[in-house]
Amino acid sequence: MRPAFSVIFLTTLIGAGQGLFLALYTGQLYAFFDLLPAQDSRSFYAAGSAVSLAFLGGGLIASFFHLGHPERAWRSAAQWRTSWLSREVIVLPAFMGMVLLYGGAHWFGWNTPLFELPGGRHVDPTLILGAVATLLCFMLFVCTAMIYACLRFLQEWHTPLTVINYTLLGGASGFVLASAFSAIAAPQLPGFYAGWAIILTALAFLGRTASLVRNARLRPKSSTRTAIGIKHPHIVQKSPGAMGGSFNTREFFHGKSRAFMRAIKPAFLLTVFVIPLTLLAMGMANPSMLGAALLSATFILQYLGLLAERWFFFAEAKHPQNLYYQCVS
Amino acid sequence: MTQLALIIDLNVCVGCSACVTSCKEWNTSGPAGPLSDRNPYDADPTGTFFNRVQTFEVGEFPQTETVHFPKSCLHCEDPPCVPVCPTGASYKRKEDGIVLVDYDKCIGCKYCSWACPYGAREIDEQQKVMKKCTLCVDRIYSTTLPEADRRPSCVMACPTSARLFGDIHDPDSVVSRAIRENGGYALMPEWGTQPANHYLPRRKTSITIHKDQLVRADNPLKIDGKLPKPAKQEPTLDDVTSW
Ligand code: SF4
Ligand code: SF4
Repeated sequence: MRPAFSVIFLTTLIGAGQGLFLALYTGQLYAFFDLLPAQDSRSFYAAGSAVSLAFLGGGLIASFFHLGHPERAWRSAAQWRTSWLSREVIVLPAFMGMVLLYGGAHWFGWNTPLFELPGGRHVDPTLILGAVATLLCFMLFVCTAMIYACLRFLQEWHTPLTVINYTLLGGASGFVLASAFSAIAAPQLPGFYAGWAIILTALAFLGRTASLVRNARLRPKSSTRTAIGIKHPHIVQKSPGAMGGSFNTREFFHGKSRAFMRAIKPAFLLTVFVIPLTLLAMGMANPSMLGAALLSATFILQYLGLLAERWFFFAEAKHPQNLYYQCVS
Repeated sequence: MTQLALIIDLNVCVGCSACVTSCKEWNTSGPAGPLSDRNPYDADPTGTFFNRVQTFEVGEFPQTETVHFPKSCLHCEDPPCVPVCPTGASYKRKEDGIVLVDYDKCIGCKYCSWACPYGAREIDEQQKVMKKCTLCVDRIYSTTLPEADRRPSCVMACPTSARLFGDIHDPDSVVSRAIRENGGYALMPEWGTQPANHYLPRRKTSITIHKDQLVRADNPLKIDGKLPKPAKQEPTLDDVTSW
């Protein structure tokens, strides 16, 4: 498939935004159970929600560049019963709305306790709003990934690993972002977030490697024989039915050399997993290093790596329609 | 239930592309707007088509056969392209099984083209909406065209009658009989899309002729080919019963 940059930016930006929100809420839950010092509502939770919203909004804007008719985008909420794309179109703004409410509740100090849990802990509106937003956040990961995972003949995508990896990669990127953000806004927390970022990045590494291994061993179900229904071992295409190419020859081929495809894999494995893990581990070993500079650099490097990872995710998928356009590939 | 479909006979298709041009001509001139082209008369011409004829070479030289393979939307009975559409612009008609795109609703997200294993959908790069074969829905139900013309444009244009059109759910239709009697098959059956369009395979037609069948055994004059030729005014050969 030809990777579309609008979709690459959409999925990576909202992944980071979602992960950052999860990180904020995780921090709040830890503080709720007195495992971490409580943070300032405005400068940490509200400001963090604003950063998360900025990423989500950036992703939303990028998605519009994918559409031929962005002015009709509202129509795409119609088929939520059958279409994962439609579901994503509903869940993304809903999640953004909840993050806005969550951040707003923190900003305006809506923390009158609503009820008390046994043990004397007071549950306030921010905790409830955050729980709803967390649910929507995971729904959004599932919707985004299922857009690809539900296409059964794109065998590279049609696996639960797609959903797992979108979630883990978004989480990893968001927690690295949270550690960089906390280095500025909550100096006690970078270690906590960096620790979680290491765990999530390591898990994402396992998941992504598993999908790379799986995809390398895939056997395509379709062949030229099933495509044109002629059972002969030697079939060569002589003409694709178009001289200067067509939508089919442009949309479904990434057009890059084999060497490029071979090079991009280690490139993103290094930048998304190996280098960030090393940097974060170094920071954990020597907490004085866990400053905004190192953590922001880690986030940016990993984000660039994720762009390459997502590019490869799309490019790697071989669409069965390509069997009808073999003179191109 | 009705399921309209095309049957394409690979045994007789000569790859002339008459179906391609007549399809383009009809569907670019309709009320739905043109099927846009880029550089149509220049280097690297490209554009939107509903139907294309591809060519494959089967076998190894010298035992090769050239197969011309017309390809368009197969109007699948379980079309994977329809449920993925977020707007409902892609739909399958209950009454006749034609899969259509509502150009006024389509947002041009291209998701349906990813979901079609056959590459039957093409985006119109000018109108920015998804296009595909409509089975000439505006011809077959036309009330103004002469009765005989209410068939898909490609079917009318085919000089070898390689394209048949009809209802594959009616067991007595021409198309059902063609599928049944000539080994009609569906493309990529492994995905369970149940394409309505079927293809008829290459067939070898041969008969055995024995020597004595080459001579007219009942020709009493024993001079086959040198029959008496009557003059203009005389009765024709058919009226002459004496020989
Ligand atoms: S051939 Fe493709 S576009 Fe046509 S109905 Fe089947 S899946 Fe949809
Ligand atoms: S391109 Fe149009 S028809 Fe296809 S899925 Fe998107 S909105 Fe539906």
